[in-house]
Order: sequence, then structure tokens, then C-alpha cells
Amino acid sequence: MVPTLAGRLQTRLFLLATVGVVLTVLVTPLLPVDAPLGTAYRASFGVLFAVALLGLGWELAYHGLQQFRWEKDWPTMFGLLTALNEGLLVWLAVRADAVPGAAGLAGSAFVIHFGVVWVGVWLCANGPMRVPFLRWRFHGGRLL
Amino acid sequence: MLAEAGIPVHDTSLVTVGGGIGSFVLVDYLRIAGAPTSAIRVLSNIDHPWQTYRYLTRVSQIPDHERIRSDSGSTPDNIWAFPSYAVREAFAARSLRGFLAPLWQVATEPVLSDYFTPRIGAVFESMAREADRISYREMLVSGQVRMVRRRAGGGYLTIITPPKGHAPTRRVAFRSQHVHLGVGYPGLKFLPDLQEYRSRYGDVRRVVNAYEPHEHVYDELIRRPATVVVHGAGIVASRILDRLITDRDRHQAGTHIVHLFRTYVRGSHGPSVFMRRRGGDGWAYQGFNYPKSVWGGQLKARMRTLEGDERKALYDTIGGTNTPRRRRWQAQLARGRHEGWYVTRVGEVERLAPGTDGTVVTRVRTADGMLEIPAAYVIDATGLVADIREHRVLADLLDHSGAGHNPLGRLDVERTFEVRGTRSGPGRLYASGAATLGGYFPGVDTFLGLQIAAQEICDDLASQGFVPHLGVARSVSQWARWMRNQPV
Ligand SMILES: Cc1cc2nc3c(=O)[nH]c(=O)nc-3n(C[C@H](O)[C@H](O)[C@H](O)COP(=O)(O)OP(=O)(O)OC[C@H]3O[C@@H](n4cnc5c(N)ncnc54)[C@H](O)[C@@H]3O)c2cc1C
Repeated sequence: MVPTLAGRLQTRLFLLATVGVVLTVLVTPLLPVDAPLGTAYRASFGVLFAVALLGLGWELAYHGLQQFRWEKDWPTMFGLLTALNEGLLVWLAVRADAVPGAAGLAGSAFVIHFGVVWVGVWLCANGPMRVPFLRWRFHGGRLL
Repeated sequence: MLAEAGIPVHDTSLVTVGGGIGSFVLVDYLRIAGAPTSAIRVLSNIDHPWQTYRYLTRVSQIPDHERIRSDSGSTPDNIWAFPSYAVREAFAARSLRGFLAPLWQVATEPVLSDYFTPRIGAVFESMAREADRISYREMLVSGQVRMVRRRAGGGYLTIITPPKGHAPTRRVAFRSQHVHLGVGYPGLKFLPDLQEYRSRYGDVRRVVNAYEPHEHVYDELIRRPATVVVHGAGIVASRILDRLITDRDRHQAGTHIVHLFRTYVRGSHGPSVFMRRRGGDGWAYQGFNYPKSVWGGQLKARMRTLEGDERKALYDTIGGTNTPRRRRWQAQLARGRHEGWYVTRVGEVERLAPGTDGTVVTRVRTADGMLEIPAAYVIDATGLVADIREHRVLADLLDHSGAGHNPLGRLDVERTFEVRGTRSGPGRLYASGAATLGGYFPGVDTFLGLQIAAQEICDDLASQGFVPHLGVARSVSQWARWMRNQPV
């Protein structure tokens, strides 16, 4: 991808609010948690919110790193690998009780939910997104 | 007036001149946006949009099974680039390995793998399918376009000479509100010293250009060992070297290669740590002819805001001759250097002259003085683009219709690809492709760049009501039709 900073932020928020929400709704009932479904949903959406919010900061950092690249691109693979640093930070936030609704969330449930959302968003950003939004990839990922 | 002169006049809404890939992707966009075939005429001297591209790639050593330069998402047959060529290749594979390999490559490019690039044969097939889907042939008019002129009443008149025997008159005119020019390369450019040799000694066998047929060189080199001099440091030079080395490996050709650089790139280069391009062994390395973000990211956004000298300066920084750093080519040349059959020389060519035993001697001015290189063949792989004036239609436009030059000396276009200064009443004249290099968008002479231009033109035409705006709903429904190969 060849994102601009505005494009990064918009694409992240848009995809988490659409693909992220749908996948969260679908995957949460299947997660290995002992709590009632309402509690599980609160935890999942708390995590999703944290990924979006912390992600805005991450995008600034990625944009900075991108400046060292001659092509000013962001290879597809980076979009997948950044799941590691971002996932770790969100998990630390969960453990520190900083994510609303996610106190006591099991590690396995977190990994599955986070992983499914991440891969879903990554796949959409690398193809299907161009179908409804013909101009998106030529505008650095901006939707507005 | 024309009728009096006996020139029949046809009416249509939009004429596109050229009929190459640039015309094709524009017509594709307009058809998908909702234009009927009757609103469009493609005036062209070729039968298939990929014909000229195929000719140039063939002679410059990309046969049908070879892979091209542009990437998986440069899909001239599909305005969405989904599914991309890598995905299509995966799903067409008949083994698990064949399925996974393109997906792995496209997911890990350019870090762990070279860029995925499609086979040229697959690109042609996909365009043929799309041409049928949008009824391209119904819009095609054969002939040589002579000129495009503004009409007093608004709109344009395009004059074409049909092939002999195809029409009762020598000339035919098309009256249209809008015109698009997609005429490709204005002309072929040969290195002046090589051209001089050819005309002075009448020898076009030993000194050849990479963009003209020159198979006899390879045939002859397989038959007997000889030296060949290759000029140039772009992708075409890479391909010529690949062919020469493959012939060495497969057919035991004893070819000795002298590779001549005008500027020798020793390593990474650029104005700052934020703008450093890789390089080495003479070459500047880059996946595509400009940095990737030119087609959609930061550099596209930046160039769009620049005028005059500032724009030219950025072109200078990101442009220049370059080639992709492919693992295969790196290995070939490393082997050649090691075994001594590939050597590089740096300098300005002064003169070519016939030598003894039917050789050509290249005299090169190097840092260490004059060097004479006798060789059986000289292959010029330096460049293709000539002055836009060499194209008759463009020259006429500059002289009679108010068109001008951009900071790089080519045809000056707006951000919408409208040719500045040529508006005619409600009619607009657009241009895309190599003739417009130097504008607000640098990636013009590529499939993706032509599609970006087509999108801008289509949107500009939509704002005047020529076609409906191509929004989310229509885009999705048209994509579904593409997937099922249904007509637009
Ligand atoms: C060797 C080579 C390899 C390339 N590889 C790639 C690649 O991998 N990926 C990529 O994206 N791009 C590549 N390109 C660039 C590629 O050529 C362009 O993307 C594309 O073909 C240009 O399309 P076009 O329509 O502008 O020109 P063309 O395809 O050349 O079409 C223009 C047509 O207009 C016709 N014409 C001109 N004047 C008249 C007239 N007066 N009347 C009637 N017809 C006329 C010409 O005959 C020509 O057929 C490559 C180019 C070359 C030379």
C-alpha cells in the first residue's frame, strides 16, 4: 500500500468500524470465555475500541518510519507484522485494567478475537476495499 | 465546408485517438460508468489495444511466458484491480504450490520476495476478455488520424484517413463534443552516434535498437562466439542481458558482453536520508519506473501541488534510468563478472566506425582516456521517447489549438488531464500517456497511470453530465458483472 497519513487514519477507523465490528459480532459467541454473552461482548468491543484508539498513535509512528523508505510505500507484509506490536500493547492495556469492559479477559479469547479482526481488516485493505471505493487507493487511503 | 470538400462527417459524443492501452482503459471506465457504445469512437491504426505494447515488448525480449514490469494491482482489464493478477494466477493454478507461490510473493513483496509481476500472456488474455465484454470492436474505427481541430460552434473535428479500400473517400471526419488523445510514444529515439553510424555506413545489422526487431543478433551469437556492446541501464538493458546470458547457458553461446554505462551508480543515492534510492554495480534500483507512491500515496499527493521548476526538480529526483533489483538478474551478472564474460565500461560514446573482420568499433571517452571496443554487435537499449513535435497530431495541436508545453517539455495537461488551453465551448480535449509526462501526475506511461488518468477524465466528464458519477453502488454492481463476465 502507499498510504498518506490522513489515509492511514481514515482507513483504520473505517475498517475497524465496519469489518472489525462485523467480525467481533460474529466471533465473540465462539470465544472460550466463561462469562455471559453480554459481558463477553463488552470485553470484545472494549478491545476493538482500544485497537482503534491506540492505533491512531501507531499510525503516526508508521508514517514516520515510512519517511525512510524511498518509495514511500508500506509493504503488505508490514500490515500483518504490526499485529505483533499492536496486539502486545493492547494486551498490556487489558492486563492493566485500562480497557473498559475487558477486565479479566482470558489470553486465549483475546488472541483469537484480535487475530480474526486483524487478518480480516488486513485482507479487506488489500483488495476488496477497492471494489466499492474506486478512488481510495489513488488517494493514499483517504475516504473523505 | 467539409461536406463541400467531399469529406463525410460522422457524429459522436467522444472520440479517443490512438486505440492503445490508454484509449482502452478510458473506454472501459466510460462504459462501466454507463456510456453507450454509440457515444464513443476509437480512432486507431491498430486492431487490438495491446498490439503496439505487444510489439515493443516482444522485440525488447518479453515473450508471452515472461513477466512484465508492473505489479499485481496494475490490471488494465479491471478498473478495481480486484482480483489482482496474483490472486487470479493462484486460483488458476493446478497444484498447491502453484496456488501458494503467487500469494506468498504478493504478500511478502518487496521485502522477502521480488515484486509479483504477471505473465504478459495473462495480461493480453485478460484484456481480450474485457474488450469483448464492453463491445470494444463496435466502437473501433480504423485509420490514421491526421488532426484534431476546434470547431467554431464548440466541440472538435477529428480527421482520419481510413485504410485503402475501406471507405469511398480518402478522408473521413468525426464531429464530437469531446476528444481524448492516447497516441502513445510520439516517436522512436535512437542514440545520435548510433544513428549516425547507421546512416553513414548503411549498416543496420550490426548496430541495432532494442525496440526494433533484432533476433538475428541472438541467432548469430549462438552460432559463433563474439563480443556484443550493450548501451543503457534501464529495464530493457536488463532484459537484453538476460537474453544474452540465457543463450549462453542454454545454447552454449560464447558471447562476451561489454556493458556501457553513461553514469555508473555505485550505491545508494539521493538528496537526503528520506530520499535515498538503492543502487550498485552501475544500476539504480527501483521496482517501477517511479517510486511506488507516485501512483497513489505521498508522492502523488505532493506532485499534484507543484508547479514549474519545483515540479521539474522533484521529477529529477525521483526519475532517471532505473531497473528492478531482481534476484535472477543479480545472480546472472555476478556470475558473469566472476567468470569474466561480463564487463562494464563507463563513458560517453564519441563515435562508431567499422573495424576489421566486419566488426564495429565503439570509441568511448572514459575517465582514463579514449577506449576502443571492437564488437560484432552494438545494442542500444537507452530510450524510447522523442520530442512530442514528432507526432503530427500533437504538433498540429501546439500550432493551431492553443496547447502548450509542461515543465518537462511535453504536452501540458491539467490535473483532470484536460489539455490546457484547448477547451472548445462545452467541449473538452484530454490526453494521457507518455506525451503528458511532466504533469501533476508522473506515472502516466503505465497501465495503472493510464487508469488513474481515465478515472480523472471519467470524473471530469461526469461532472458535465456525460456519464453518471461512478459511485459506490454502481461500482459494486458493475464489479459483480465483471466477475460473471456479463456485459456492462
Ligand atoms: C518495452 C516496454 C515495456 C513496458 N512494460 C510495462 C509494464 O510492465 N507495465 C506498465 O504498466 N507499462 C509498461 N510499459 C508502458 C506501456 O507502453 C504503456 O503502459 C502503454 O502501452 C501505453 O499505452 P498508450 O495507449 O499510451 O500507448 P500505446 O499502447 O502505444 O498506444 C498508442 C497507439 O496509438 C496509435 N496512434 C498514434 N498516433 C496515431 C494516429 N495519428 N492515428 C491512429 N493511431 C495512432 C499508435 O499506433 C499506438 O498503437 C512498457 C513500455 C515498453 C516500451
